[in-house]
Amino acid sequence: MEIINYISIIAMPLVILIIVFKAFEEKVNVFDVFLKGATEGIEISLKIFPTLIGLFVAIGMLRNSGILDFITKVISPVLSYMRFPSEIVPLALLRPISGSASMAIATDIITRNGVDSFIGILASVIMGATETTLYTIAVYTSCVKIKNTRGILIASLAADITGIIVSLLICRVIF
Amino acid sequence: MLNILWPIFIIISIIYAIFSGNIENINKSIFESTESAVNLTLTLLGTTCLWSGIMEVASKTQIIEYLSKVLKPIIKRLFSGLNEKSSENIIMNVIANILGLGNAATPLGLKAMNELQKQNGNKEELSDNMMMLIVLNTASLQIIPTTIIALRSSLGSENPTKIIFPVWISTICAAIVGIIFTKITIKATRK
Repeated sequence: MEIINYISIIAMPLVILIIVFKAFEEKVNVFDVFLKGATEGIEISLKIFPTLIGLFVAIGMLRNSGILDFITKVISPVLSYMRFPSEIVPLALLRPISGSASMAIATDIITRNGVDSFIGILASVIMGATETTLYTIAVYTSCVKIKNTRGILIASLAADITGIIVSLLICRVIF
Repeated sequence: MLNILWPIFIIISIIYAIFSGNIENINKSIFESTESAVNLTLTLLGTTCLWSGIMEVASKTQIIEYLSKVLKPIIKRLFSGLNEKSSENIIMNVIANILGLGNAATPLGLKAMNELQKQNGNKEELSDNMMMLIVLNTASLQIIPTTIIALRSSLGSENPTKIIFPVWISTICAAIVGIIFTKITIKATRK
């Protein structure tokens, strides 16, 4: 545990150190080059701002309207027929849409069921194995003003669903 | 895609909230959401500028060349016809993902998207390479899922790291399915 903590703390500084040291050693004009790149960064991040506003407002509404609880109630009989634990349903629904919301829900599930219980571990594995798909797609496409996304959502959601199902199966086998 | 999802999210949320008496929460969430979008943009502004700068420095050294040699067999299978600059950015994005440097991975990925857009024939449509880059970024490729381990540890787990192995298996399966689906989608939507 301590080693992993240390690795995750040192990773970022180490990457910066290696790059800056190598550049210095190879006699690159490090700061001039850095400024050139950083200036490009301004444009990239401002381009995604409108997307974030739109997305956050819509997702905030979705979370606060209570409709997700409603959907969970409607589909959980179907899922429990497939032996999918109903405690996990809200997490599975929110995970592709919102990173902060799914983190909050995962924390809630883990606290209520116990951090080392089957449900607690399953929620942790799902969080670790999947990403906030919708956010990633929205940010990546809007920074270059793409309109036609050619079904990338379906491919990414297929990956998410696979991640969740495999998490469930592997947790059943191991724990 | 968002032209359909975005209005659906808003319409069903507001209508449901009106009928279930949750409208006050919606009201509150509108202000909270715009505020957190501003906060995230400011954070991203900082990290994007930093990592764009660091990346520019890296591209002037031999580090990228070395990493390219190591990762080339994989990159070659997934992407086609990359120019030097976009392959540099993709490689750094993949490495940042693997190392779990979320703050660096997104800026580097966005930079790669910018480079890929320059090569893109139809500026309004995702190119094949862009699709592959996005799907790699929606599969969480990191070796050590640090955020969730930290959460488990803070909630008093006896063994916070025992999820690592199952996470690897699930991630790999998810990534493989994502890549296969992307390859199929690329073929199906090519004109």
